[in-house]
Amino acid sequence: MLGRLSLSAIPLDVPILVGTFLGVAIVGLAVLGLITYYGKWGYLWKEWFTSVDHKRLAVMYIILALVALFRGFADAIMMRTQLALAYAGNPGYLPPHHYDQIFSAHGTIMIFFLAMAFMTGLFNFVVPLQIGARDVAFPFLNNLSFWMTAIAFILVNVSLFIGEFSQCGWLAYPPLSEAQFSPGVGVDYYIWAIQLSGVGTLLTGVNFFVTIVKMRAPGMTWMKMPVFTWTAFCSSILIMVSFPVLTVAVALLGLDRYFGMHFFTNDGGGNQMMYLNLIWAWGHPEVYILVIPAFGVFSEVVPAFSQKPLFGYGTMVYATCAIMVLSFLVWVHHFFTMGAGPDVNAFFGIATMVISIPTGVKLFNWMFTMYKGRIQYHACMYWAVGFMVTFTIGGMTGVMMAIPGADFVLHNSLFLIAHFHNVIIGGVYFGYVCGMNFWFPKVMGFKLNESWGKRAFWFWFVGFYFAFVPLYVVGFQGMTRRLNHYDNPAWHPWLLIAEVGAVLILFGIVCQLMQLFVSIRDRNLAENRDFTGDPWNGRTLEWSTSSPPPVYNFAIVPHVHELDAYMHDKENGVDTRCAGGQYEAIHMPKNTAAGFLVGAFSLILGFAAIWYIWWLAAIGLIGVIGTVIARSANKDIDFYIPAEEVARIENEHTRKLMAQAAE
Amino acid sequence: MAHDTTVTTSGHDEHHHESPVVFGFWVYLMTDCIIFGSLFATFAVLRNQFNGGPSGHELFELSGLGLETALLLISSITYGFGMIAAHKNEISKVIMWLGVTFLLGLGFVGLEVNEFAHMIHEGAGPDRSAFLSAFFTLVATHGLHVSCGLIWIVTLMVQLMGTTAIPERMMNKLTCLSLFWHFLDIVWICVFSYVYLASMI
Repeated sequence: MLGRLSLSAIPLDVPILVGTFLGVAIVGLAVLGLITYYGKWGYLWKEWFTSVDHKRLAVMYIILALVALFRGFADAIMMRTQLALAYAGNPGYLPPHHYDQIFSAHGTIMIFFLAMAFMTGLFNFVVPLQIGARDVAFPFLNNLSFWMTAIAFILVNVSLFIGEFSQCGWLAYPPLSEAQFSPGVGVDYYIWAIQLSGVGTLLTGVNFFVTIVKMRAPGMTWMKMPVFTWTAFCSSILIMVSFPVLTVAVALLGLDRYFGMHFFTNDGGGNQMMYLNLIWAWGHPEVYILVIPAFGVFSEVVPAFSQKPLFGYGTMVYATCAIMVLSFLVWVHHFFTMGAGPDVNAFFGIATMVISIPTGVKLFNWMFTMYKGRIQYHACMYWAVGFMVTFTIGGMTGVMMAIPGADFVLHNSLFLIAHFHNVIIGGVYFGYVCGMNFWFPKVMGFKLNESWGKRAFWFWFVGFYFAFVPLYVVGFQGMTRRLNHYDNPAWHPWLLIAEVGAVLILFGIVCQLMQLFVSIRDRNLAENRDFTGDPWNGRTLEWSTSSPPPVYNFAIVPHVHELDAYMHDKENGVDTRCAGGQYEAIHMPKNTAAGFLVGAFSLILGFAAIWYIWWLAAIGLIGVIGTVIARSANKDIDFYIPAEEVARIENEHTRKLMAQAAE
Repeated sequence: MAHDTTVTTSGHDEHHHESPVVFGFWVYLMTDCIIFGSLFATFAVLRNQFNGGPSGHELFELSGLGLETALLLISSITYGFGMIAAHKNEISKVIMWLGVTFLLGLGFVGLEVNEFAHMIHEGAGPDRSAFLSAFFTLVATHGLHVSCGLIWIVTLMVQLMGTTAIPERMMNKLTCLSLFWHFLDIVWICVFSYVYLASMI
């Protein structure tokens, strides 16, 4: 009846997990209780969970990303603490069985649920506004994508308290991840979480690709498109091309485990290196999926706070596209030690080094944008400049490892770990936080607190170097990744320094929380409110509408004449909003529960399949199909906002603008 | 987004983007194409890993395969007739052609399931060797797509029943399914030549 699930699946013998469970349960009940007490369930359901508005979905994505950050960081600091303690005779406080789950969960969560969700949140918020569109091409699928990502993250967290998570690292290499060596449910949790969130990501990729191709405002030709939109476009293409390969790789692993097939097994003719090739044919593009939008953020932020147009727009676009293409030609550098021979390794080594050329072009473009600019050292600029320094170092260690000979020494050492955290934290995370600081007033109508933002930056920036430079050193000294304890006295002091770095990063996260808290508390202060919709003297169309934007984004679809369309309009005295013009009824999609329901049934399907509860899995699957069919038959999916309502909202905004101007 | 509402506003269509549904679905199909591409690549790597078990040459029977192929290819033509009828707004004919397509597709899936059952019965199931794992996965993924197409056909037939006109949203659905159905034909031709014929030679 319950398949493999029994009471013994609940890890009552692990005090850390019981404590975590109690903490999560208490906080969770408190949140649910507060929502009930204030009677907000209806509001949440109607205005948020079923919303197809890209701006609402963006906020939900970013909240999901921040929750994933806390979970992923808790894993990180536990690992650092274990390695600070587990030296010589001391086994530390995490047994290998538990430690291996933690590093697997850390990687999985940080990439799939922090980085991907944060990125999708930024796409959702910025892209439709930047191209002058009223929504994405497929608003319902957008809501569905969010729920698929959210339930996959729930599934990962369920594994904390019911059963276990994978112990095979964030990419679950076979044969270790095969049923023969990992008979438990851990890898199955991993497989279902990846596959379900993968559906959401793929639909996001298709959605934004179509949105950017088909829904740009009149006059916005390709080379008048803002750079962030360009990066979202390239990133969407990478998603569409690479995520199906991930789906196949993980599905084949699942078939091995569920049906005893022999794709990657030791016996029966299986081939483990095929898994590595498939997973990295996705995995390398994946890191560019993440970092290219971060480049896009800096390409918006640096001009805004240098008060100059971006230097070398054309080269920025071509560099982005070059990186997009090259990212598919480098995957073998993740396993030079496979033994593909000097010719193959040389090709992939050189291809990897070539990527540093377009990336260098970008860095110089940002620096030349700042050159002779009137730079305002806003918190956004802190993250941007911190990125330029940190990412350059990470890029250089990447080029070092692109030399196959050097990689044979550094492969799977902590040097590698230091390298990719160097580019992922210094590139992706700094970029997304920079973007959050930049677009927050557009989302909420008030600015984020500057002082706490700068404090967060300094803790993250310094903490990063304390945490990861020691890993470069011990990597050179021969320490491999995923060690649970060690005897080498030379490594110990470095790992203590790394622990200090992790604590500094913890302070950074606390400062980010304080920044949010203080900003929300002081939201009504005059200096924090943004009535104009354009707090940074922005250059692109998203700044031309009010903050937060009305549900339809633009009452009158803007016409684009130049790159940096809004700056062009401001300089030429054109009223982008056409205030007081003739408004028309606006066609909008209706909210729908279908995305939430498909997500909920998928969660049931995934959970049941992990535990071999087949009748429940059938219910989940039938629920998914039934919901999709019901949605297809639903004719009541759109409505019109009357012209009078549009006029009322727009006139209200105009009145606020006049009041602000009069002060 | 459907546009079968009757509200019309003067000049509204000036900024009206054409529905992106068909283009979006085509793009989605290209990602599906990459799934099949990866499965073909997997099959190419594992096609000689028999593990002492039967090879394709010993297992495949061309006669049943020819019938399967004929059913699927003809079903593409009948779907095409359905689309012609849809453009002429002849709803009963659309339903009829969709029904014929459904039966042909069902025949295809039935023959495939029969072939699989026969192989498994002979001890040549997907767990026998890496070659058979790759074979079953690739062919069954195609079969699963056809089965989804069958559910989709029935859904649209039911939605069409009792209607008198084909609104834009329904036309988009029919066009998407058309793309899907023809796409599966193309994939099948690749399966037929690369998996079956190449093993027989």
